[in-house]
Amino acid sequence: MKSNIFTIIGLCALTLGLGSCSKKNDSPAAADPNTGVVFANTGDQVGRPGIATVFVSAADKDSFNATVPTSQAAAFQTKFVTQLQAYNGGGFTTNILGLNAAGFMGVLSTDVLNVNLSGKTTYYDGTNVLTGRNLTDDVIDVSLTLIFGGPTGGSNPTLTSDHVAANDKVFLTTFPYEAAPW
Amino acid sequence: MKKTKLIIASAIIALSLGGGILWASDHADAPKVTGKSTDITDLYVFQGANANNLVFVGNVQGLMSPATTATATFDENTMMEFKIDNTGDNVEDLVIQCVYKGGQMYIYGPVKPANTGFSSTVVGTASVIVPVTPYASSSTPITATGSTGITAFAGPRDDPFFFDLDQFHKITGGTATGFLATGKDTFAGTNVMSVVVEVPKSLLPSTSGKLNVWLQTKTKI
Repeated sequence: MKSNIFTIIGLCALTLGLGSCSKKNDSPAAADPNTGVVFANTGDQVGRPGIATVFVSAADKDSFNATVPTSQAAAFQTKFVTQLQAYNGGGFTTNILGLNAAGFMGVLSTDVLNVNLSGKTTYYDGTNVLTGRNLTDDVIDVSLTLIFGGPTGGSNPTLTSDHVAANDKVFLTTFPYEAAPW
Repeated sequence: MKKTKLIIASAIIALSLGGGILWASDHADAPKVTGKSTDITDLYVFQGANANNLVFVGNVQGLMSPATTATATFDENTMMEFKIDNTGDNVEDLVIQCVYKGGQMYIYGPVKPANTGFSSTVVGTASVIVPVTPYASSSTPITATGSTGITAFAGPRDDPFFFDLDQFHKITGGTATGFLATGKDTFAGTNVMSVVVEVPKSLLPSTSGKLNVWLQTKTKI
């Protein structure tokens, strides 16, 4: 009986010893200072460039950031259409993608960046549409053309390009790709 | 007397409106985040120099001058989180979480989140930990690569966004009718705090070959 108890204590000690051993060798990240920490206060939210700032009204800006993408179209598509027509004096028909106001704003009001895992990644290069976003992509000219350029992209020529075609610094060809700060 | 007050009041209102019509990319987009560590400027996702990898760029704290950048830091109370939908329903299936602690940026995932939506719990242990590159030595960025092949950078960079925002303000303000023949980049000479994460595509499975990505910031309770 007594010896049984000693055996059990011995096994426990052995198990504990092994436990601490394996912890030391296999889980260095057990010391990870952030695991399980909760970040629950909503901040900012962005998919495509410029959506919140172009189409969301001042009063809705915080709530847009606090709406999950699956609920954004229901909450904001109609408001986006109103804003799009306001930019165009009520005259928006279709754009170069062949999208009418409801269709165009149906796409943009779900604010996620579409990304392809194969082939070229670009916001829009004349051929590929919404397959990612490169640092070099002139997303402003793309947006201006889709908003003001009409069915051919040729309407309102003074509004469809800001004539800033590239960044003020050259991007790197290797990681981390962005240029050093000023 | 009354008239003077009225003019001043009008001028103040005009100034406020001018500040409000800020079509940047997402710079200073909403009252709750403007001027804070949670203010996202831009999200980029593109194929890496190695075509087997996808690069995620999340930028915050825009419109910083060099002097401001010299003292800028990430915030230990703020998480930057890339949300990734790989099934086409615009609900995140994977997340990449970025948390700053003790001078280093900890990158978690890509991993299935504890729950979807706005409340985020740090899942598992870091895939890669990278020291934040100091402003003074930012011409030689510090990078780190973890055991799963994920490479990370965190620190100040030139804001890659470009736009003649000033002229756009004039157009929306009614003092100009169009852009200039040669535009001027309002973001020239300004910096952001940036996190860049390059991930092997093998860690981002999708049967359709497509992802939907969005970037969130959130703070501790």
